[in-house]
Amino acid sequence: MSTEATEDYALSFNDLKVTFETAGPDVHAVKGLSLAVRPGEVVALVGESGSGKSVTSTAAMGLLPENAQVTGVAKIGNVNVVGLEAGKMRKMRATDIAMVFQEPMTALNPVLTIERQLTEALELHDVAYGKEATDRAIELLTMVGIPDPAKRIRQYPHQFSGGQRQRIVIAMAISCEPKVIIADEPTTALDVTVQAEILDLLRELKDRLNTGILLITHNMGVVADMADQVAVMFQGNLVETGDVKQVLLHPQHEYTQRLLSSVPRLSRVSVEEPAPRSEPIAQADRELVLEAKDLILEYDMRGTVFRAVENVSFDVAKGEVLGIVGESGSGKSTIAKAVLGLLPVASGTLSVKGHNLPKLSPRQARQVRKQIGVIFQDPAASLNPRFPIGDCITEPMVVHKVGSKTERIKRAQELLDAVKLPRNVINRYPHELSGGQRQRICIARALTLNPELLIADEPTSALDVSVQALVLEMLQELQRDFNFACLFVSHDLAVVDMLADSVVVMQNGKSVEQGRVDTVLHAPTHDYTRRLLAAAPVPDPIEQAVRREAWRTLNSTK
Amino acid sequence: MSNTNDKLPENVTSLAELEDAKLARQAEDSKSQGRIVIGRFLKHKLAMTSSIILVFITVMAFSSVGWGVFPGWWDKSYLNAGSVIDGGKPTLSLVPTWLGGEGIRWGENPFGQDSIGKDYFALVMTGTQKSIIIGVVVGVVSTFLGAVIGAIAGYFRGWVDEVLMRITDLFIVIPLLVLAAVLGQLAGATSGSIITLALVLGLVTWTGLARLVRGEILSLREREYVAAAQAMGSKTSRVIFKHLLPNTIGVIVVNATFAIAGAILLESALSYLGFGVQPPESSLGLLISQYQNAFTSRPWLFWWPGMIIVAIALSVNFLGDGLRDAFDPRHTGKRRRRAGLFALPTRKEKP
Repeated sequence: MSTEATEDYALSFNDLKVTFETAGPDVHAVKGLSLAVRPGEVVALVGESGSGKSVTSTAAMGLLPENAQVTGVAKIGNVNVVGLEAGKMRKMRATDIAMVFQEPMTALNPVLTIERQLTEALELHDVAYGKEATDRAIELLTMVGIPDPAKRIRQYPHQFSGGQRQRIVIAMAISCEPKVIIADEPTTALDVTVQAEILDLLRELKDRLNTGILLITHNMGVVADMADQVAVMFQGNLVETGDVKQVLLHPQHEYTQRLLSSVPRLSRVSVEEPAPRSEPIAQADRELVLEAKDLILEYDMRGTVFRAVENVSFDVAKGEVLGIVGESGSGKSTIAKAVLGLLPVASGTLSVKGHNLPKLSPRQARQVRKQIGVIFQDPAASLNPRFPIGDCITEPMVVHKVGSKTERIKRAQELLDAVKLPRNVINRYPHELSGGQRQRICIARALTLNPELLIADEPTSALDVSVQALVLEMLQELQRDFNFACLFVSHDLAVVDMLADSVVVMQNGKSVEQGRVDTVLHAPTHDYTRRLLAAAPVPDPIEQAVRREAWRTLNSTK
Repeated sequence: MSNTNDKLPENVTSLAELEDAKLARQAEDSKSQGRIVIGRFLKHKLAMTSSIILVFITVMAFSSVGWGVFPGWWDKSYLNAGSVIDGGKPTLSLVPTWLGGEGIRWGENPFGQDSIGKDYFALVMTGTQKSIIIGVVVGVVSTFLGAVIGAIAGYFRGWVDEVLMRITDLFIVIPLLVLAAVLGQLAGATSGSIITLALVLGLVTWTGLARLVRGEILSLREREYVAAAQAMGSKTSRVIFKHLLPNTIGVIVVNATFAIAGAILLESALSYLGFGVQPPESSLGLLISQYQNAFTSRPWLFWWPGMIIVAIALSVNFLGDGLRDAFDPRHTGKRRRRAGLFALPTRKEKP
């Protein structure tokens, strides 16, 4: 590239290398990255954990820890920030480069008002002071779509919803009109419908302010929705760059191809017109494992009762998978908790193999629970760090006093084979395994006693796409082999579409629509289901543009 | 985790495959968390030095004057008076003659003699023994009580937590010294043995640990492995003692060491005030109290027990520091230079 051309870039990297000195050998996080962001352009930096995408953005902000060694060039406008003095770097933040973080709650200071936090950057960079700064802050809030900004500016972060908080973080990022905004997983912590709104906002602001955006994400749907250019990173290397349509539709590198093929996709959905309902399949020989009737679940929070689930009924038969989908706060995980006996049932029946759980004595309940296996969301927290893997897997046998020591070890080895992990991990500890491997250990543990029912509470939402694909495939395979019933809780419609036979769509503790997956997810009747489906982005820029329009029309008619 | 990027095949194109390849290649023995902690502890210089000092003092105290039925190698008893030689001055000398000293010499009464000619080395060693026994017993009793009470309060929450924590508050609001003095006096009057005194001190010093463990358990019980254990039908006792308490071991061990140091100081204070160990038994605090008037005329009677108290308390504290660093390397590990007054330009700021 010529030198004149580089003048046009808002942000550019040239042969950026980042190495971390650790107690062990040095870790090469970024191995020579060259990339450029033009004003008014969105470049998506895509990759799985450990790919070095976040390190790249932190290097541009000059926020790397002290044990990092950076070489190469990272230019904001015309200034190379690699090795720049801390004071000069500080002056550039907010005015030249700003950041939108993943977790809006932790990105805002909970003890300061929004006004204070928004005016801080303005005053620090001599943009505006006092009343003028407040006026500018109100203007910013109006720009990001916070209703009644003059009044709400005096409120604290906890008084806003998650989506609004992220809007405020964006308002802070654009407050000094930076040349480039780094958005590090800006929608990962948000629900799909909110995610669609935030992406819309970012797109609009970028056009209005002519700012370049470096979007860091692992979600291919978000990439298809937002990006003009895509850069794919793997293990610190840039494996593919190019136009969004070219990379997503005709990937050249093998890694990109495999990554895209492992993204679960919703099969064709008609969000426009409800199709005629097909009759449910004959239900004569279904052997019911789990049955809930008019289930009501409540949380008692120091006297005030909060009803999390209201009048939900469903059933799961042997060999079937029931998906429960919904956004945060819909009560989907609460149902899983109740089935596991971690939350008492307030009213209604919840029976496992014909035994109504709320009516059982603790001893009988223990016997019933022997037939339930469970997989949780967070692979980092779901194994006791002090137990070797073998003990983790065989713990259900120890609790229910099944088998001798040698039988237990044999069972653990069988299960490790089933989840395709080497047998010698039996003596390893959870911290030595990666997230996906730990989640496979959790699956093995859940299957130790050959359960009739498997509860999976968001089992893959903390995993990378390719790892998720592996775990889901494994779950499907095991379900075929062991023929258990499965209650699969997830926020990801595509995953449910891939795995489940029937589905319950939850909103605010109520079931808004339920039935076979092919009817509910492909020809939804309820408005909420349709909006949910329309908001979920697909990794295809052309199709996503169509869906975005559909979502906008749905939203405008609501 | 070690970075094995470079050794891996270049053609791997999936993160899942890459991770599995790494796992298969992991040749070195897997280490339990316990072994990693011990490894880090052994590298902590200050803590290791402290351990050596502590072991040396303990071995000296128990082997010299003997313990119970075991005779010691020191021939003088702390109970027998004798004739005062040379004003009772210590005969111990550590400065060799070629440095102008009196040569390295142990002598007849290495720590000197008191006013009635008792051998002060025997007295101090007996006192050290008592102090160590009290420290260890108090440490064990208060740690056990604190851990169990804290765990139960944190796990059950609700009214159990309320009751237990209010009891804890009650113990905390009464000044420890007063409480220990009254109970110690009662215990001393009935049996006169230091074990009883230690048990009583243990009964009043568990409160700090109980609060810490409760806090830890409150956060740990929300972890998913606890939910998993409950869901698979584990008994409550199993959840508490297998899943929760072992994961608070860092807090417990570190605070146990501080409890030991605290107990030794508490015993010294009590004995100094006359509420602790009673004569003719000896303890370090009692010795200081008995000979405080001799400070100007025969300072060694004050210095020896005082120095040993300081040495024990300091090394136990450093030991605790070392353990804390070993359990939670995030707190220190390799101490990084903080940007301060004397901060030098770091590597990052170089072009």
